Amino acid sequence: MSAESPHTANTPVTDANPAVDGSELIRFDKVTKRFAGNTVLDNLCFSVDSGKHVTLIGPSGSGKTTILRLLMTLVKPDEGTIKVGGDYLTHEERGGKLVPAGEKHIREVRKNIGMVFQQFNLFPNMKVLQNIMEAPVQVLGLSKDEAEARARELLDMVGLADRCDEYPSRLSGGQQQRVAIARALAMRPQVLLLDEVTSALDPELVAGVLDVLRDVARTTDITMLCVTHEMNFARDISDQVLMFDGGKVVESGSPEKIFGDPDHDRTREFLSAVL
Amino acid sequence: MMTGAFFENWFLPGIWITLQVTFFSAALAFVVSFVVGVLRAAPSRIVRILAGAYFEIFRSTSSLVFMFWIAFTVPMLFHIQFYGMAAGVLALGLTYGAYGSEIVRGALAAVPAAQREAGIALNFTRIQRLRRIEIPQAWPEMLPPFNNLLIELLKGTSLISLITVADMTFSGNLLRLVKGESAPIYTLLLVLYFVLAFLLTRGMRLLERRAKAKIGQAPEKTGLFGGLRSRSSIDAVTGTAGTGGAK
Repeated sequence: MSAESPHTANTPVTDANPAVDGSELIRFDKVTKRFAGNTVLDNLCFSVDSGKHVTLIGPSGSGKTTILRLLMTLVKPDEGTIKVGGDYLTHEERGGKLVPAGEKHIREVRKNIGMVFQQFNLFPNMKVLQNIMEAPVQVLGLSKDEAEARARELLDMVGLADRCDEYPSRLSGGQQQRVAIARALAMRPQVLLLDEVTSALDPELVAGVLDVLRDVARTTDITMLCVTHEMNFARDISDQVLMFDGGKVVESGSPEKIFGDPDHDRTREFLSAVL
Repeated sequence: MMTGAFFENWFLPGIWITLQVTFFSAALAFVVSFVVGVLRAAPSRIVRILAGAYFEIFRSTSSLVFMFWIAFTVPMLFHIQFYGMAAGVLALGLTYGAYGSEIVRGALAAVPAAQREAGIALNFTRIQRLRRIEIPQAWPEMLPPFNNLLIELLKGTSLISLITVADMTFSGNLLRLVKGESAPIYTLLLVLYFVLAFLLTRGMRLLERRAKAKIGQAPEKTGLFGGLRSRSSIDAVTGTAGTGGAK
C-alpha cells in the first residue's frame, strides 16, 4: 500500500518546522468520507500552507464542516490520508505499512490543532477562567499559575477580563464564543479551525466575535481554516478561498479572484445567492 | 408495649445495624455503579461485553438468594466464612451496583456529544474527559435516580434479617415473638423505614442542589437575572440561554 503521494514523499516526518511561513502544513490526499452511503467528500485533494488563512465556502451539505471535523479527528476518513505538519493524522506507519493510528499518535499530531465550534461548546461545569485553564494544565502540563496568566492575557485580548468568575451560562452567545476562541488559543495551536463560529449568534453579537478573529489573524502566525457565511469577513482575512460543491473543490484562489471574477458558474451562482 | 430494656438492647442496636448495612452496601454499590457504568461504554469490545454481562447477571438474580448463597454456599464451596453482615453487604452492594451502573451509563450517555468533541479538540485523554468534563456534568442527573436506588437499598437491607443479622426488622420480629403483638410492631417498623428514607432523601436533595450549583445551573439567591436561571444545561451550551441578558 503506497499512500505517499509524490510531492510529500520527502517531507521529514517529525523535525520539520511547520511554523515557517509558506511550507505546506495540511494536506488532504484523496480523502473520501461517506455518511450512511451519502458521499460527502469525494476523493478530495488540497493543501494549505503554513500561516495562511483559508476560507471554505460553498452551499450547505458541500462537506466544508466535514473537512474541519476530519482535521479535528472528530470523524475519520473512509479513504485517503490527511497530513498535518508532515505527519499522518489518523494513520501511522508500522512496518512500512500505513495503518489506522492509535490514540497516542493521534494525540501527538492533534496537539497542533485547535477548533472553535458553532455552538461554542464551553464546559458548563467550569467558570470562564477554568474553561481556558483546564486543558493547558491537564494536557500541556502547565502549572496553575502559568495557565492562569495565559488565560487572563487571552481573556483580556477577547475583551472579557472582567467575566472570568462567571459560569458560561451567564454569558451572552457572543461572549461565550469569545471565551471559546480564548480557550482554543490557550493551547497555542498551529492550526485554528473555525466552524461557522458566528452562525449561532444574534446579529448584533457577530461583529464582536469577528473583530477578535481579525485580531488573531493579524497578530499571530496561526494557520486558519474557516467555514463561514460571512463573506465580508472571508474577504477581509483570507489569503485563499476554496469553493466547494458536491464534496470537491470547484475553484480556489485569492479572495479578490473568487469574489471578484470567479472562473466557474457554480461559484458565481453561489455568491450571487449569498451576497 | 415495649419494655425499656428490650428497646435499648435490641431495637436501638437494630436501627444502628440497618444504618451500617445501608451505608456499607451503598458505598460498595456506588463504586460498582461507576466502574461498571463507565466500562459499559469502554472503547474495547471485550470490556464492554464483560461489564454488560455483570449488569445483566446481577440485575437478574434475587438479592435474597444471592445473600443466602454468599452466607451459606460460599463457606461450603470455598471455605471462606463471611461474617453475617459482610455477606449481606456484599450481596446488596453487588446487586444494587448493577442497577446503579445503568444510572451512570445513562447519565454519561446524556452528556451532549458536543462536550466530548470540545474535549477532543483540546486534546484531553479519554480519562481526562471523563473525570473533568463528562462525569461532573452527568453527576447532577445521576442524583435523583441514585436517591431512588438508595431508598430501595435501605428497604432491601431488611433481607439481612433472614441471614440472622440483628437489624431493625430482625429486632422487630424478635419483639413480636416475645410480646405476641404484630400490629404495633410492624407499624413501628414501617414508620421507622419511612423516617430513615425521608432523611436520606433530604440529604440527597441537598447534594443535588449543590451539584447543580457547581455546574452553574441552580438559581442564585440574589442577582439581577434570577428569573433566567432555571434553564437546563443543554440550553446553556447550545447558546440559547441568556443571549440578551448578561451584556
